Amino acid sequence: MGAVVVEPGSSLKYKTGDWRAFKPLVDREKCVNCLLCWIYCPDSAIVRQEKWVDVNYDYCKGCGICAHECPKDAIKMVEEQK
Amino acid sequence: MTILGMTGDEAVAHAAKQSKVDIVAAYPITPQTIIVERFSKYVADGEVHTGYVCVESEHSALSACVGASLTGARVFTATSSQGLALMHEMMYIASGLRCPIVMGVANRALSAPINIHGDHSDMMGSRDSGWIQIYVENPQEAYDWTIQAFRIAEDKDVQLPVSVNLDGFIITHSMEGVDVLDDLAVSQFLSIREPIFKLDPKNPLTFGALCFTDYYFEFKRQQTEAMRNVQTVLDKVCREYKDVSGRGYGAFEAYGMEDAEAAVVCIGSTAGTARDVAWKLRTRGKKVGVLKPWLYRPFPAEEVNAALKHVKAVAVFDKAGSLGAPYGALCTDVVSSLHTLEQRPKIFNVIYGLGGRDIQPSDIELVLNKALDIAETGLVKEETMFLGVRE
Repeated sequence: MGAVVVEPGSSLKYKTGDWRAFKPLVDREKCVNCLLCWIYCPDSAIVRQEKWVDVNYDYCKGCGICAHECPKDAIKMVEEQK
Repeated sequence: MTILGMTGDEAVAHAAKQSKVDIVAAYPITPQTIIVERFSKYVADGEVHTGYVCVESEHSALSACVGASLTGARVFTATSSQGLALMHEMMYIASGLRCPIVMGVANRALSAPINIHGDHSDMMGSRDSGWIQIYVENPQEAYDWTIQAFRIAEDKDVQLPVSVNLDGFIITHSMEGVDVLDDLAVSQFLSIREPIFKLDPKNPLTFGALCFTDYYFEFKRQQTEAMRNVQTVLDKVCREYKDVSGRGYGAFEAYGMEDAEAAVVCIGSTAGTARDVAWKLRTRGKKVGVLKPWLYRPFPAEEVNAALKHVKAVAVFDKAGSLGAPYGALCTDVVSSLHTLEQRPKIFNVIYGLGGRDIQPSDIELVLNKALDIAETGLVKEETMFLGVRE
């Protein structure tokens, strides 16, 4: 009733990755782990690894900011296949 | 029995005081000002425990009311005209979040041209906002309905905001004797609000979250269901209020309707004048009646049908123009309710009183005589008449 969410922290269960039309793909060869994408990602969907970054596709909405900011052209946006 | 001389505004303030509201957030506007002005005096004099929030606009007033209501508080505000228009956005949020706020609305015309006098344009413009709407005829009804409104709003099957509408100046500023209940009787009738959900740091909940294509529709469907529950709850509340006060209310009041051939349907203060005219015509053997819905939203369609089905001609009075629509708002509701009947009365719409233009008994007599003509001939020559306009 009244659209009340009765448990705290439940936004984790709402996988906003569903909204994505384009998907970022990281080329691990080109990635220098500078973390500019990690800084710019508005959804905190860039996951730091030891030598490169991964994307958390559960929450990445596909905005493309990471690809735009990447100085090494290591992130490409490809159309989602659904 | 205690009878106090009070204007409609004072009666509403007195009822809100006895209803022990926890929070009032309001902004003054003519002709509502006296409600919140009087209430602020109760606060200043220590007569109430209410928290009074002074705000910079009506948008903020209703926003503050929504927040307060979500904490489980009993909340009251009041406004009018442009103030109500400024609240419009928040009205949908109050009903969507199921906040049982009670608001006194001193009905007044909307600009332009600028006008401060009474008509129903303000609330009719918000009729789809999900608020329960009650229209009263005089200060006594304003008092009684304000108290009953809290019970209806806070019922677990309803949980919706209620507006108690009183005609600007005609009711808000006219002093009449108002039979008021003892404080104790009101306290017993209105127990403390028991919210289903509330903002509570010990049990965190989220209110007003994002809700897209996946769930929005279902929540609106629930609101429709809550609106459908109103009539049953209202009848129960009115029965109990009658036990306490001796004054009986319901979805509407009917006068002379059992054998009426011609009838007037109208809301607010005009109903009193219409009843008086109908009484006069009935003493001359004319079969006329008056149907006054107290409850406008949800519209009591089945009950209105039952009251009107045997009538031959019905004049529906609208104190607001629904510009570009086939009829004014009340007439549209009456017509759409009646369409389910095989045999329907002939209906015509009377637009009257815009910007506070006075309506006299002779005006209503003219309309009732016209309705009697239609009852006899079956011919409606003018589907919408503008009563008392110069053209």
